[in-house]
Amino acid sequence: MSMTVLQAGILSLLQDTGRYGQQRLGLTTGGPLDGMAFHYCNRLLQNPGDSTAIEISVGGLRLSAQVDTFICLTGAGMPMTINGEEKALWEVHPVAAGDILDIGFARSGCRAYLGVAQGFDITPSFGSTATVVREHIGGLRGDRLRVGDELPCNTVRERQRLYLPQPDRPRYQNTLTVRVIPGYQQRHFTRVEQRRFFGGAFEVSERSDRMGYRLEGPPIDCLIKGVLSEGICHGAIQIPPDGQPLVLLNDRQTIGGYPKIGTALSLDTARLSQIAAGGSVHFAPITAHTAQRALVMAHRFLLQRPLRERIT
Amino acid sequence: MLYLGDGADPRTLARVQAAAFAIEQALGDELVDIVPSYASVLVLYDPLRSERRDIARRVRSAAESPGAITAAGGKHVVLPVYYATETGADLAPLAARAGLTTTQVIDLHSAVEYRVYAIGFAPGFAYLGEVDIRIAAPRLSTPRARVPHGSVGIADRQTAVYPSESPGGWNLVGRCPVPMFSPDTEPRMPVAVGDTVRFEPIDRARYLALGGELP
Repeated sequence: MSMTVLQAGILSLLQDTGRYGQQRLGLTTGGPLDGMAFHYCNRLLQNPGDSTAIEISVGGLRLSAQVDTFICLTGAGMPMTINGEEKALWEVHPVAAGDILDIGFARSGCRAYLGVAQGFDITPSFGSTATVVREHIGGLRGDRLRVGDELPCNTVRERQRLYLPQPDRPRYQNTLTVRVIPGYQQRHFTRVEQRRFFGGAFEVSERSDRMGYRLEGPPIDCLIKGVLSEGICHGAIQIPPDGQPLVLLNDRQTIGGYPKIGTALSLDTARLSQIAAGGSVHFAPITAHTAQRALVMAHRFLLQRPLRERIT
Repeated sequence: MLYLGDGADPRTLARVQAAAFAIEQALGDELVDIVPSYASVLVLYDPLRSERRDIARRVRSAAESPGAITAAGGKHVVLPVYYATETGADLAPLAARAGLTTTQVIDLHSAVEYRVYAIGFAPGFAYLGEVDIRIAAPRLSTPRARVPHGSVGIADRQTAVYPSESPGGWNLVGRCPVPMFSPDTEPRMPVAVGDTVRFEPIDRARYLALGGELP
């Protein structure tokens, strides 16, 4: 049983929650850029949270179903049709063998998640199905989806038709304040430079991708050119010699030597990944303690919003 | 992030390895991932499961425990390299800049017993140090879009074998026929952090016999 790719779109990747415990071999984590939209995709489908879904960047994916099951699309505002009939996002829909599923281009946001009941059945490599194209690992053949790919999934007859009520759905805008925990290399940046960083307006560069988001704005000067190569965490903000911040995301290299001004809160990198080139970003400092509290609150409330059932 | 020194030297590296091992034991399944490098250990934990100060305290005490101070010994690995212009595009220019012959460059590169200081950047990419100062060369100002897998490069006083084809800015001096990263077989890598490595010059015929590829 499977779905077949008729049109692969700009960049469509199979992802689970990511590959952990392998950074020692140089393997990065991968996983969904917008963990919140990914979480809701599986939650709505009543799947385990690490089930494999498709991360669709920008849009343009077309599939044909050879299976009776249920699907759900969350995240960026990409119009979706099943056999030409428009379907709501953040809601579970039945599909039948022979149906054509069409996902258009994003009207808001950049990344959407298409899940299927029980998840796509992909063989994990190094404990995860997350596709990292640069490493040729995960997904199918370590590659993005291509026309003709068969995506294995199971026949599922019963699923509650859950949806996330409209007011609880995120609204993706093209401006964002990213909360940053100042880092252990902060002393290499003078107060003036730190003020420039936290006071400045930055624009999302076209050269942003799953490795990192490049931001263009007032150049930030660092007292040192580099540090001895060391591990890089998700959300770390590097300042390379050109002074333009680089927020490192899921496909980042595991070690590197550019100085880091701080680390972006993961809740905010999820929103950052939904911003297209040209979008505007500010940074605000928070303490590690506040960051931990924000995460706990998000997991208690933001990710646990009540779902409703569509009765037809 | 835990720092155990500020330079590339075998003693600091031994402390890094011992600390990484002790931290793994101390945190058990609360450890999400760990990245040891030249003089630091990055410890990743789940803030929803573990409390930051508690983790920091346990990491510090693990790193300071007496067992963590003893040096961990690594294995010795010999990697064959076909040093030639056809496999090392920068061999001749590097020699010219250093005022040496290409044979002297090869002798200097293969004479040193290197240590694996870190693995990262890409799967299986091992940073080896330290290259003889006479053949240390800065990264290319414009990185190559494609460096073939197995290429042996020099950047400053570091050297490495590119495990897979990728972009790269290191000075290429030869190519190694031994795979540096095999996703489907154990061990996945011939080397680990802390191991010592020496390069053994081989000729074209031997390189091809060992499965080496040429452009």
